Amino acid sequence: MSGEVQAAAVLGGLAEGEQLEDRRPPRRPRDRRIGLGDWLLPAYAVIAFVFLLIPIAYTFVFSFNDSIKSNIAWRGFTLDKWLNVCNVEGGAVCEAFGNSIVIGLVATVVATALGTMIAIALVRYRFRARSSISLLLFLPMATPEVVLGAGLAAQFLAVGVPKDMTTIILAHTMFCISFVVVTVKARVASLDPALEEAGRDLYGSPAQVFWRITFPLLTPGILAAALLSFALSFDDFIITNFNSGSVSTFPKYIYISASRGIPAEANVIASAVFLFALILVIVAQVSRAARAKRLAKLG
Amino acid sequence: MAFAAFATAEALPQAPKRRSRIALFLLLPGILYLVLFFLTPLVSLVLTSLQAPSEFGDIGQYDYAFNWQNYVAVVEAYLPHILRSFGYALVATVLALLFSYPLAYFIGVKARRWPLLQSLMLVLVIAPFFISFLLRTLAWKQILSDESFIITSLKALSLMAPDGHFTGTPFAVIFGLTYNFIPFMTLPLYSTLERLDTRYLEAGSDLYANAFTVFRKITIPLSMPGIVAGTLLTFIPAAGDYINASRDFLGGPDTQMMGNVIEANFLVLQNYPAAAALSIILMAVILVFVGVYVKRSGTEDLL
Repeated sequence: MSGEVQAAAVLGGLAEGEQLEDRRPPRRPRDRRIGLGDWLLPAYAVIAFVFLLIPIAYTFVFSFNDSIKSNIAWRGFTLDKWLNVCNVEGGAVCEAFGNSIVIGLVATVVATALGTMIAIALVRYRFRARSSISLLLFLPMATPEVVLGAGLAAQFLAVGVPKDMTTIILAHTMFCISFVVVTVKARVASLDPALEEAGRDLYGSPAQVFWRITFPLLTPGILAAALLSFALSFDDFIITNFNSGSVSTFPKYIYISASRGIPAEANVIASAVFLFALILVIVAQVSRAARAKRLAKLG
Repeated sequence: MAFAAFATAEALPQAPKRRSRIALFLLLPGILYLVLFFLTPLVSLVLTSLQAPSEFGDIGQYDYAFNWQNYVAVVEAYLPHILRSFGYALVATVLALLFSYPLAYFIGVKARRWPLLQSLMLVLVIAPFFISFLLRTLAWKQILSDESFIITSLKALSLMAPDGHFTGTPFAVIFGLTYNFIPFMTLPLYSTLERLDTRYLEAGSDLYANAFTVFRKITIPLSMPGIVAGTLLTFIPAAGDYINASRDFLGGPDTQMMGNVIEANFLVLQNYPAAAALSIILMAVILVFVGVYVKRSGTEDLL
């Protein structure tokens, strides 16, 4: 999904290419009065962002709520939930969170490796059945999650595989591969083949050329793809729900506790993850802007 | 664009492509994985959808058969859910487009002079991705519950019936779907609008077109790839979603969508054939929709 891919691009400031340079001629000062459009759009954007951020602010604020069981009414400020995250329900939230991290890490590593290999092959080599392979890679992204989840569950049922952590990881790897391919492929396509040629001219073996030239140049794309995979896996609920059996993940924990009330500790974990991701992205963006400035100075 | 990404790489200048055994080595593991865990499950799903109950078995035991009556039965039983799924998804997609277009236009066109601001605004657009999908939906449930500030104020102002509810209604479900998939609409729109050459707009106004005509005849057609990609990226997950419509989240008994019925049949009632048949119907309708829509909007190169 392109939204996700762009999310990854923003995520690392890492994905393909640099910002488009500004080719437009300098702006002519035009004498016109300040029109409606000049403040209407910015005002709209501000309102739109406030709207987008409301539930996030709500979740964050209620992570400080001195709630007893369900976290619905505001009962006063406390840092208690942040300091003792794992103390609720025998650590069920933390266990679910830990499972999500493990699943996300394994699925990310496998999907990133498989997807990167496919991306390189698609850009660099000729082979038959190319369009069928492209279709096979595209379809998982165009299939609703509930269909992917039910399909895998039907298959596990038919083969008689019990659902546990492994089936979740198998499922997550499957839907991450296509996103990795899309993200890394853009990076492979923007890679200058002359660099590898130079490596070969200097008698580098194919392995040396790959590990010393191709791989380092692809790293930003691969990292962006890995971050995207992890984010997709970590927040997935629908596919997980069909293939998890009795194993709990963080989203599944929330789904199950939704009917009896979510403890504030879940808000703490979600807020912490949010802050971590936000800081990561902003640091990456700012450092990318700084790098672009440095490059511009060098001419 | 994801949809375009599979097509664009071919257009870029590349090293002469080689045929090699390395390609096979690179492709085989990943492709095999997708065949095993994506393609065969779809086949399993089709086979399951045609199963008949075991004659002497318990609940949840089925034999392979060619019981296509399953499809007739699920359409008869769940027609309202099917219609609701696509209806809600369609309305949510249109709302998300209306919400996102001005925002994407502002970030992609008006804010070009300030690249750092532009990237920070993009971070804000994807910020909802960073907090759990389920928690942000639950947050809306609390914010819009009957006792909440917003709803009580609306009632005090007589904008809402005193015994009215928001959560549990179709409006709440559509609201949730719209909110949750807005980033999927905004990002592709942004990426086409970001490349929009504003000189075309100036040319339009130099030729005495008013702002509205310029928008309709130049901006919209040039941003069509973004509109198509955003619409698909919103519509597909919205039609299959069952979180927003679920009773514990924004929905009620009368807002259940296909996803809810598929989940209930598969995971609770153990009526696997019915769940599988519904899944196949959902997927078939979406594929037809994608095909027709992409063809009609004249952006076939997207796929």
